[in-house]
Amino acid sequence: MTRARWRHLALELGVSGALLAAVWVYLSGDHGPAWTSVPSMLDAFRRAWLFDRFASDVVPSLVRLTLGFGVAVLAGVLAGVAIGSSRVVRLLTQPLVSFMRSLPAVSLLPLSLALFGIGTWQKVALIAFVCCWPVMLNTADGIAELHPTLLASVRAYRVRGLDRMRLVLLPALAPRIFAGMRTSLSLAVLLLVTSEMVAASSGIGFFVWQSQLRFSIADMWAGIILLGLLGYALNLGFGAVERRVCDWHLQLRGRKR
Amino acid sequence: MSASLLEVAGVSKTYGEGGSAVRAIAGIDFTVEEGEFVSVVGPSGCGKTTLLKCISGLLAPSGGVSRLRRAPVTEPPAEMALVFQDYARSLFPWLTVERNVALPLRGREDVPDRPAAVRQALEAVGLARFARHYPWQISGGMQQRVAIARALAYQPRILLMDEPFASVDAQTRADLEDLVLRVRERFGMTVLLVTHDIDESVYMADRVVVLSRPPSVVQETHAIDLPSPRDQVATKELPEFAHLRARIYLAIKGAQAAGERRPALASQGGETA
Repeated sequence: MTRARWRHLALELGVSGALLAAVWVYLSGDHGPAWTSVPSMLDAFRRAWLFDRFASDVVPSLVRLTLGFGVAVLAGVLAGVAIGSSRVVRLLTQPLVSFMRSLPAVSLLPLSLALFGIGTWQKVALIAFVCCWPVMLNTADGIAELHPTLLASVRAYRVRGLDRMRLVLLPALAPRIFAGMRTSLSLAVLLLVTSEMVAASSGIGFFVWQSQLRFSIADMWAGIILLGLLGYALNLGFGAVERRVCDWHLQLRGRKR
Repeated sequence: MSASLLEVAGVSKTYGEGGSAVRAIAGIDFTVEEGEFVSVVGPSGCGKTTLLKCISGLLAPSGGVSRLRRAPVTEPPAEMALVFQDYARSLFPWLTVERNVALPLRGREDVPDRPAAVRQALEAVGLARFARHYPWQISGGMQQRVAIARALAYQPRILLMDEPFASVDAQTRADLEDLVLRVRERFGMTVLLVTHDIDESVYMADRVVVLSRPPSVVQETHAIDLPSPRDQVATKELPEFAHLRARIYLAIKGAQAAGERRPALASQGGETA
């Protein structure tokens, strides 16, 4: 690491640490029923997540998120390739796609409850449905933007079928697909937590909501902190995968150092 | 007499329809014989790239047909390889040099030892050391050499090149010209080169086909009797070279002038007195 990066890291940790300390000191006083001290939050966090409720609440949440997001990406890429490959299909589907994309994410929550009940599949279906549009739109745009010379090379050298998809289209589209996935990922977490709060008998969102109802403020905070950490970790992991898969793209764009 | 390797018969292309239709090329005829090196040269905007796309099956002609060994070409045939001007777009930046060259061979059952074919092709263009690099890690001239290696490894009966040296600097250009001549000699390949550069068209070829302004037709054809192997200095110093160059230059100038004042009985780019 260079000196600039060390300095950057030190600054980052320093500022975060200072903020945490300030919050810690502030919350040690009495600030009404919505707040509790940092040590009691941390204690609740340890009791709940290490590892008492890990299997009963964290695992179900992660399973729902993974399934829903996975289906969304798969469906989005496939539909995006199909739609992007034909100008006619793209024009025909455009109004519908624009409508779907414009729906506020949680507006389909009541419908999904009516359709699927309050189980895991309601969450998976809702996440999959809402999150596939950004991936699909980005993939379709990516196909439309592929350079004619690239496509001519593929045709001239008779690269076809699975090879064409796996070795040319998917890598070429990867930067766009990842851009769509990034939007979808935050939507997915939002929908997961909302669904779990409204209708579920397990999950991190359910735990946060129930804790508030039971006036277990420390537990509520433990859930919020876990959700924050989870989002942070997902973003870091996502960024790492993206840098690996799209290395060539970042290099071409000169975004790396 | 046996048929030509490539036969271009009355190929024409009109873009658009109705009042806004643009006739890019109008009925082009010529042939390329087995083992021959043919250049197609013409004024800028004369539809050279359109012609090459129609010949290779990348674009459906509005009229006429191109035949490779008597078979009409409708999709790029396996016996044909292409090198494009825009090497950066034609290579795949997510694959290494080696894998770029190997990709077209995946469907080829008739190439028994594919890794060897890739290695040989990279050696032929002097890039064996860069097999594991990515295209964006090497210079433009080297990238175009990768594109040439990809075409070589494909082992085509005919190599089609569309302005392959137009995006590199002059020195690299001369090096690439000689490289193509060398590998053509070594692999005994038939080549069709499309270029706007008159010197290049003469220097490289056995025969030069000169196109007119659009809607383009074949304006004239010149056999090039320069001694082989060609040499950037010696060949270009020959009086014959200067003479051929001048004739083609005048033909293209004539075509341009004719295009500008329409009524032309196209002043033939004929002999200078």
